[in-house]
Amino acid sequence: MGIRIIKAGMMTTVQDLGRTGYQSQGFPVAGVMDVRSFKIANLLLDNPENEAVLEFTLIGPTLEFTADTLIAITGGDFQPTINGEPAPMYTAIYINKGDVLKFSSARTGSRGYVAFSSYLKIPVVMGSRCTNMKSSIGGFKGRKLQDGDYIEFRIKRRYLPFFLSRTLDLDEFDQEDATLRVVMGPQDYLFSKQGIDTFLNSEYKVTSDFDRMGCRLEGPFISRKEDKDMISDGIAFGSIQVPAHGKPIILLADRQTTGGYPKIATVASVDIPKLVQRKTDHSIRFKAISVEEAQRLYLAELEELNEMRKKIHRPCKEVLECRQTAKRLRRLFEAQM
Amino acid sequence: MQNIKILTAGDSSLLVEFGSEISPQINQKIAATVKLMHEQNIEGVVDVIPAFCSLLINYDPRVIRYEQMKKRIEGILKVDVRTGAQTKKIFEIPVLYGGEYGPDLPYIAEHAGLTQEEVIKIHSSSDYLIYMLGFLPGFCYLGGLDERIHTPRLANPRLKIPAGSVGIGGSQTGIYPLDSPGGWQLMGMTPVKTYDPARETPILVQVGEYIRFVPIDEAEYKRIAELVDRGEYECPVRREEA
Repeated sequence: MGIRIIKAGMMTTVQDLGRTGYQSQGFPVAGVMDVRSFKIANLLLDNPENEAVLEFTLIGPTLEFTADTLIAITGGDFQPTINGEPAPMYTAIYINKGDVLKFSSARTGSRGYVAFSSYLKIPVVMGSRCTNMKSSIGGFKGRKLQDGDYIEFRIKRRYLPFFLSRTLDLDEFDQEDATLRVVMGPQDYLFSKQGIDTFLNSEYKVTSDFDRMGCRLEGPFISRKEDKDMISDGIAFGSIQVPAHGKPIILLADRQTTGGYPKIATVASVDIPKLVQRKTDHSIRFKAISVEEAQRLYLAELEELNEMRKKIHRPCKEVLECRQTAKRLRRLFEAQM
Repeated sequence: MQNIKILTAGDSSLLVEFGSEISPQINQKIAATVKLMHEQNIEGVVDVIPAFCSLLINYDPRVIRYEQMKKRIEGILKVDVRTGAQTKKIFEIPVLYGGEYGPDLPYIAEHAGLTQEEVIKIHSSSDYLIYMLGFLPGFCYLGGLDERIHTPRLANPRLKIPAGSVGIGGSQTGIYPLDSPGGWQLMGMTPVKTYDPARETPILVQVGEYIRFVPIDEAEYKRIAELVDRGEYECPVRREEA
């Protein structure tokens, strides 16, 4: 009992928060690109924070369910339908055995997520269910999904309290331009003052070299103090490296664990979703903030997710209105008696 | 160690730079720091990634903030640690140099002002210390490349380099364990798999061991490649007192 992949879409993989703890042996962390959309999808279903989901890129998959379950769809708008009828996003949805969930191309954003209340039956490899295509480990057979693949569910689970409250009004990726807040460093000291000015005051365009590994940008040349290769070091999610060609490359989920190009800055965690939901030719600007500010934003976002969790655990307006009406009617009857 | 810098790498990582050169001394200091970090088991540390002259520390800002983390690291860096000697374990990796197997060998030779044969001879006559694994599963960063054949990386990295390629990037040499993008100058190929997920130990070598490149011809390359495909090849290992 699970899901059959009728059409796999362009690039659909099983992902979670990544395979942490093995970067020192050369295993990429991988994991979801848009952590925020991923967390919201699981949150809507009361799933564990790190439960595996499907991530898809630009053209989404078509899935057939062979069991009843609940799902939540987040991220870019891939115009989802269930049995041909439009399906809501950022909402917990009942799914019946035999239903067909179809995603089209991304109207907004570029990556979509679907979470399942019955949990995908994917083996845990080195602490994670995420797919690492580069090393062919984790996820579904270490690769992206193909037409005809079948993934089972681990459990039967189709009850959620406050079901009618489980919808959030979020439209996150409707704009074409983004300003990414960055923390300067670690190797900003290798760049000239002019290079840093260029980086912080220019518009860059997303090129078609944009995948789970990284995003190449096109735009003004960023100059260094001296043109000397540095020695390879470890790379963080969202590191902005600048090779000798002077154009930034932002390293993402499937990034190599170490690299030898100087890294001028690192995108703040909370702004990585904005970047990974861009499409080719969208424009990007950078704004420097302090590490303390970036951490404050990160904690504020966790607080925001907590608020969402509280909101979907309260009776919704429709339910409350019925209750209040019933209360008023009762008073009316009591008054008459 | 006055030159140690603690740098920010975003809101969830710190980079400790121990210097800007590859040296066994710096490597030992880094190894000792990693050991201390594991011993101290600082809450909130997610991963510690050693490199030639740096240490990337990934942490969870929910548990520990930048300033506290920085203070803990500063404390650890003050501790003085020494390590002992050991036997050298040397993997002899066969390499077919030049031609279509090493498209950048002519450039490396030209840059060095040497013949291709001289470059091969220099490259295959040292034991290289494995300083770190990284960049890809099982990719070894090797120390000790002869200065005469240091060659700058490509200005624009290649989008695909085949597994088994042996190359030079600046002052470093190494083997690509998987097909991958990369900016190194390619000088040859080995039929040996340094990373094979189907093998009992997917990664052939460990930090602290050595690699020696042994030139082979095309016939030998094909012979070994067949053995590797059948899972019957075992890489020769030599042991020496350090």
